Amino acid sequence: MMLTVPHAGIIILFAWLSPCNALYFHIGETEKKCFIEEIPDETMVIGKYRTQLWDKQTGSFLPATPGLGMHVEIKDPDTKIILSRQYGSDGRFTFTSHTPGEHQICLHSNSTKMALFAGGKLRVHLDIQVGEHTNNYPEIAAKDKLTELQLRARQLLDQVEQIQKEQNYQRYREERFRMTSESTNQRVLWWSIAQTVILIITGIWQMKHLKSFFEAKKLV
Amino acid sequence: RLLGLIPEVLVQVLWAHLLCGWAFGSELTFELPDNAKQCFYEDITIGTKCTLEFQVVTGGHYDVDCRLEDADGTVLYKEMKKQYDSFTFTAAKNGTYKFCFSNEFSTFTHKTVYFDFQVGEDPPLFPNENRVTALTQMESACVSIHEALKSVIDYQTHFRLREAQGRSRAEDLNTRVAFWSIGEAFILLVVSVSQVVLLRSFFSDRKTTTTRVGS
Repeated sequence: MMLTVPHAGIIILFAWLSPCNALYFHIGETEKKCFIEEIPDETMVIGKYRTQLWDKQTGSFLPATPGLGMHVEIKDPDTKIILSRQYGSDGRFTFTSHTPGEHQICLHSNSTKMALFAGGKLRVHLDIQVGEHTNNYPEIAAKDKLTELQLRARQLLDQVEQIQKEQNYQRYREERFRMTSESTNQRVLWWSIAQTVILIITGIWQMKHLKSFFEAKKLV
Repeated sequence: RLLGLIPEVLVQVLWAHLLCGWAFGSELTFELPDNAKQCFYEDITIGTKCTLEFQVVTGGHYDVDCRLEDADGTVLYKEMKKQYDSFTFTAAKNGTYKFCFSNEFSTFTHKTVYFDFQVGEDPPLFPNENRVTALTQMESACVSIHEALKSVIDYQTHFRLREAQGRSRAEDLNTRVAFWSIGEAFILLVVSVSQVVLLRSFFSDRKTTTTRVGS
């Protein structure tokens, strides 16, 4: 049975609206948590988070916290900020890398009402998807009207494309590694020669200087 | 006609929610400062097969303590100072499972840790797939290619992490070589000049009687 637009639409709606119980961790008031994503260029990254606040009265985590925001900051491999935005208690951020390398995703809470925290902890559910995991296949099937087999082929093509990109990135990294190793090799070579030369020159200078010194002192 | 669509739509909604509870793969790389501990939690249903894989990317001796506890606090996995490991288990209880990475044994090195926590299996491509009918040959070929490519991507990730480790060591070595070479050349000059100055100072006051030549 083929996926029709209304079916796909409902699924998409629920996949978006109800963030599933993903992996979560606790974050302090002023604490900043950073995650690193080492990705090739032209790769899409989608991050979804959901926050819950510890409620002292009920002794449990509140499902949604109005008025509580999270500040998301994303830096590219050259430490240039590519995204710096404030989101609500539930948020979704997206970016596409333009340079290959280590991108840093940092989250910290920007609570306007500090009283909300008062010795509490914030629970953050986080899900970061990279590359072909960002593709929403039911949506693609509905948009391009693909059969099941065509959709499977599309998924395989996306996976292979990701593998290719990763291998290109691997080649770029290996080149950097090779340049670093050659630079170390050069440095070791030239500095060893330089140090030997300095040693010989200072030795000669010492002897000459002392000889003239002792001659001046009429000791030799 | 629209009314007739409702039961189908409900089935879709149910599947969407089932998918959520069914499978999850979280892959994260984070920085662990010295003397710090970072814990992650996940709610798992009974009978789900889960895998935790971690690797230390940069920092110190490239090792970290890892601990995995189930919903009741029973320790399922505990290893000290491990560089890389993979642990598979089947959830015996419902509840929140917790795993922690600790760098408390280290005094000044930050560590970068990568982990991949797979819960259950990946959701199928078609949420309304009828499990009763078997897949055609083409479809099962596609499924096996998909699985093979997934393991290729996984190997690529681990290779990338090892290469990052090697590269960080190489860059570290490069800066250390430069720093110490310049330092040594400088020390060499300072020591040779001060030797001469010191020697001169031995002979500065005495004039005639002592013919002892200090060497």
